[in-house]
Amino acid sequence: MQSLNKIYFAGMVLILAASLSMPVQAKVVGNKIILGSAISFTGKYSSNGIHASNGYNLGVKRVNEMGGVKVGGKTYMLEVKYYDDESTPARGAQLAERLIKQDGIKYFLGPYSSGLTKAIAPVTEKYKIPMVEAEGASRSLFTQGYRYLFAVLSTSEQYLASAVGLAAVINKKNGKAPGDVKVAMAFENDPFSLDVRAGVVDDIKKHGLKIVVDDKLPRDLSDMTPTLRKAKALKADLLVVSGHSKGAATAGRQVIEMKVNIPMIAVTHCESSKLIKKFGAGVNGFLCPTQWAETLTYSGPHFGTAAEYDALFKASFDGYKNVPYQAAQASAAVLVWAEAFERANSFDTEALRDAIAATDMKTFYGNIRFSQAGNNIAKPMVLRQIQDGKLNVVAPPKWASHPVQWPR
Amino acid sequence: MNLQYKKIIFYAAILLAGIFAPIVFPAYTFQFAVLWLMILFALTWDILGGQMGYNSLGNILFFGAGMYICTVVQIGMYYDVAEYTAHFGAVKIDFTPYQYFTGIAAGLVLAGIACLGLAVVFGWIVFGLRGPYFAIGTLGVAIAAGELVGAWDYVGGGGGISLPNYPGGPGDREMFFYMLCFISAVCTFIFLKWLYSTRFQLALNAIRDDEEKAEAMGIHTNRYKTIAWSFAAFFLGISGGIFGNMTGFIEPLEVAFPTVTFGIFMVLMVLLGGKGTLWGPVIGAIIFHVIKEITWIYLLGWQWVALGALIIINVVYFQQGIMGWAQEKWPELFGITVDEAFASAEENSPSEKEAVV
Amino acid sequence: MFDNLSLLGLVPMLNLQLLLDGLLIGSVFALAAYGLALVWGVMNIKNLAQGDFVIMGGYITYTLSQPPINLHPILSIPIIFVLMFVFGWGLYHTIIKRVIERDLFTSLLATFGLAIVIQQLINLAYGPDVQTAEAGMEIREFFGGEITIADTKLVSFLLALVVALLITFFMKKSRMGRAIRATSQNARAARIMGVDTDKVYAFTFSLNAAICGVAGVLISIIWVIQPFFGITHSIRSFVIVTSAGFGNLIGVILSALGLGTVEQFSGFIFGAEFQQATVVGLLVLVLIIRQIMQSRQRQVVQ
Repeated sequence: MQSLNKIYFAGMVLILAASLSMPVQAKVVGNKIILGSAISFTGKYSSNGIHASNGYNLGVKRVNEMGGVKVGGKTYMLEVKYYDDESTPARGAQLAERLIKQDGIKYFLGPYSSGLTKAIAPVTEKYKIPMVEAEGASRSLFTQGYRYLFAVLSTSEQYLASAVGLAAVINKKNGKAPGDVKVAMAFENDPFSLDVRAGVVDDIKKHGLKIVVDDKLPRDLSDMTPTLRKAKALKADLLVVSGHSKGAATAGRQVIEMKVNIPMIAVTHCESSKLIKKFGAGVNGFLCPTQWAETLTYSGPHFGTAAEYDALFKASFDGYKNVPYQAAQASAAVLVWAEAFERANSFDTEALRDAIAATDMKTFYGNIRFSQAGNNIAKPMVLRQIQDGKLNVVAPPKWASHPVQWPR
Repeated sequence: MNLQYKKIIFYAAILLAGIFAPIVFPAYTFQFAVLWLMILFALTWDILGGQMGYNSLGNILFFGAGMYICTVVQIGMYYDVAEYTAHFGAVKIDFTPYQYFTGIAAGLVLAGIACLGLAVVFGWIVFGLRGPYFAIGTLGVAIAAGELVGAWDYVGGGGGISLPNYPGGPGDREMFFYMLCFISAVCTFIFLKWLYSTRFQLALNAIRDDEEKAEAMGIHTNRYKTIAWSFAAFFLGISGGIFGNMTGFIEPLEVAFPTVTFGIFMVLMVLLGGKGTLWGPVIGAIIFHVIKEITWIYLLGWQWVALGALIIINVVYFQQGIMGWAQEKWPELFGITVDEAFASAEENSPSEKEAVV
Repeated sequence: MFDNLSLLGLVPMLNLQLLLDGLLIGSVFALAAYGLALVWGVMNIKNLAQGDFVIMGGYITYTLSQPPINLHPILSIPIIFVLMFVFGWGLYHTIIKRVIERDLFTSLLATFGLAIVIQQLINLAYGPDVQTAEAGMEIREFFGGEITIADTKLVSFLLALVVALLITFFMKKSRMGRAIRATSQNARAARIMGVDTDKVYAFTFSLNAAICGVAGVLISIIWVIQPFFGITHSIRSFVIVTSAGFGNLIGVILSALGLGTVEQFSGFIFGAEFQQATVVGLLVLVLIIRQIMQSRQRQVVQ
């Protein structure tokens, strides 16, 4: 008798599974082109994930407002289908499969963070689905020979290159031999930060500087005291911290608290950690790399200048005192797709892939031109410094608006 | 014969459903594959949790260990692992189909065996603990493993490792991994079904019911405990290797040793379905996974709150799980006979429960 | 690693600095750990949500310190104490009451579920970025800048000490305190003597929540808070209570100070990536040592 129960039960489960068969949505429905994306709406990347999705949404809204996309003589509006990847790579990969297999999505926008992009890229590559991503900077994404991956942002090893370069130049000017310039580094133990570290290590070697502290910060970082004590005791000339916003916030607070008087400090994610708002004058002099700044003189047909994008974004979404670059690059990714659809004049993924690869456009975010490997080689990382509570661009020289303050 | 006949049909039906599900519903193959893994998780947790009474919060340790061991073997057989990880995937490695399949085969086998060994080693550490200390101890070991692997540069540290790509089209890849998951889950089930018909299970239950007495009766409890955990570790290790390959990119805290997600799901699924039975974990896993997949997409932001609430409700109000509840309601169906006189005596006398603090 | 060790040798002041850092932060750990010891000793509940209570306290402080309320964190301590006490009371009557009688794993798992719910709710309300509350205090320097101590840390240390003393006093002298001690020694006997054990349990749990809240205030001004950092604080409390035993306030304080110091030194010597692993590693180590000690007497760690 007990087996009968089990048979009924198994039957119920199968029926349930069958009832889950939702009709597979096509990539183009009516006059809408549907792009797909797994974004971190929850979990530890959710704030930047939301910035990115806001960026995607603004990009889509703008393209649709300006008349949509013309393919084969007809006009189409863009739309994005999102799933929440909960900031975990395994879930991201699962959702990418779901978007492709169950929802029939053929055009992808990238997730937030290098880790998630690293998990999703193999999936889109295997199904030959082009993905334009805006939030995965790890250079290891572009050495795998992926043909269907394109990134509008600058890759990770460029993040702190200017800072290291500046340190070398300034210290040389002040009579210090390169080998005597001491660098203290603290990086979070996650794919993105470690990639940035790899770039920094290469740059340090290139300039002949010396590494005196090389710490990897744990994920649940609340306290950097030992690292900062070491850096202070060894009288480092440059301190580099990359740990997403919590690394920046912790560094900001503890540098002030421990009176770490290192003359040059470079920290990533200053904006998203709201350093200036939290710590005011204490963080003056911090160098902050950024993919984009609203004061730069980029411009493009969709959004106008960087400053105009900045204003539009602030008007469209509440609560933004500064527009984070994560949002800007997300909008740029949508622009790449829109442009590619028109140039390819087709819905075929292969044709689109080739069209994207041939992109050469100017936007509010910067110039976009993809290398063979898929990363954007036409836009530099800029370095800003917190000066009197404001972020001013100090490097590279072509885009600098203010001189560097040294020592801070 | 009637009952026997029904049983055969039943099992055959499930096997056929398992084999043909990905063909009939190809869009859901990945999810089905994960479902089989969940069933495996639940079954292996139940060996210790349900049959033996040792609630482990750290079984995920073997999942992650198996994942990393399989990966290292897969890559290490043909390339230098240290060099590959030193470049954070900046170096591309190519695998011929032969290399890939031999790599995976060797990787999975070694993962299972190595985890067997790990269970013996860690068993020595944790089996002197009982009850909640055991739970916390295993949790601590699993978290520590995640942290330490994250600090180990040979396996890529916090940067993780990308696994070799499957040589073949996406459809083939899916079926391949689906089959692996399906076969592992079925093997686990068959093994446990056999195990639970031997004296081994009786010994485990004796340990659960009263360990001191069992020891006094001459059962080498430590030996049984370690062996039981090794069985769980073996299957978990293999499942870890498979999952790592399915995901394509692994890193210590999120993918390999996710104590707060998979680690807790294991416990929850078994509690939901009913501890200490063979089918309880399976039912619990199926229900949990199906509900999770359907609702999570729609509960944006609240899915984890719902999960936490589910744990609390399940633990507080529904601890016997579905099988337990079914067994209580229809004991005859499960071959349990209730002594009428004893049952009514229990109902009439005042409960002594409140005295136990 | 050896460079770091030699650095410690070359600059002896560093040792003192690390020691001070460790002691000062350890005092805050002691608070949360004492709450856990209370709940464990009296009610036999292993509260895995301990760290999340701490983080909750921190977030309430943060909210109060923002405009428009702009309340200084130190001043918000009494408010947090009361709020968390009420919260604990509510939790006791809905969830904890029902798991006291059950087997020990139940309380662990139920509080784990609770921890997840709290974490996620805080995450939904505040987002996953870290937050801090500013106390705006000075930083003192000694020995020409070699040793720096933030006033916030000194004040936390003193506050933790004051709270600990207050609680000890309360336990010894007040009626409720004596009732709590009686219940922890023998609940049935206490009940026979007329003690309302249900009320005692509710009070103990609420007191624990309140103490954790205060610890949270201190954490928010000297460290950072984030919805998912709770589990690490929970583990720290467990390490401390497991190594000190739960009768024993002095033991808990000493263990906590020790843990703080070991964390700082191991972070310095082995590198920051091991700081977290040290806490968990210590947990495993303490459990192993306990096992060995117990097995000498042919007993097990129950």
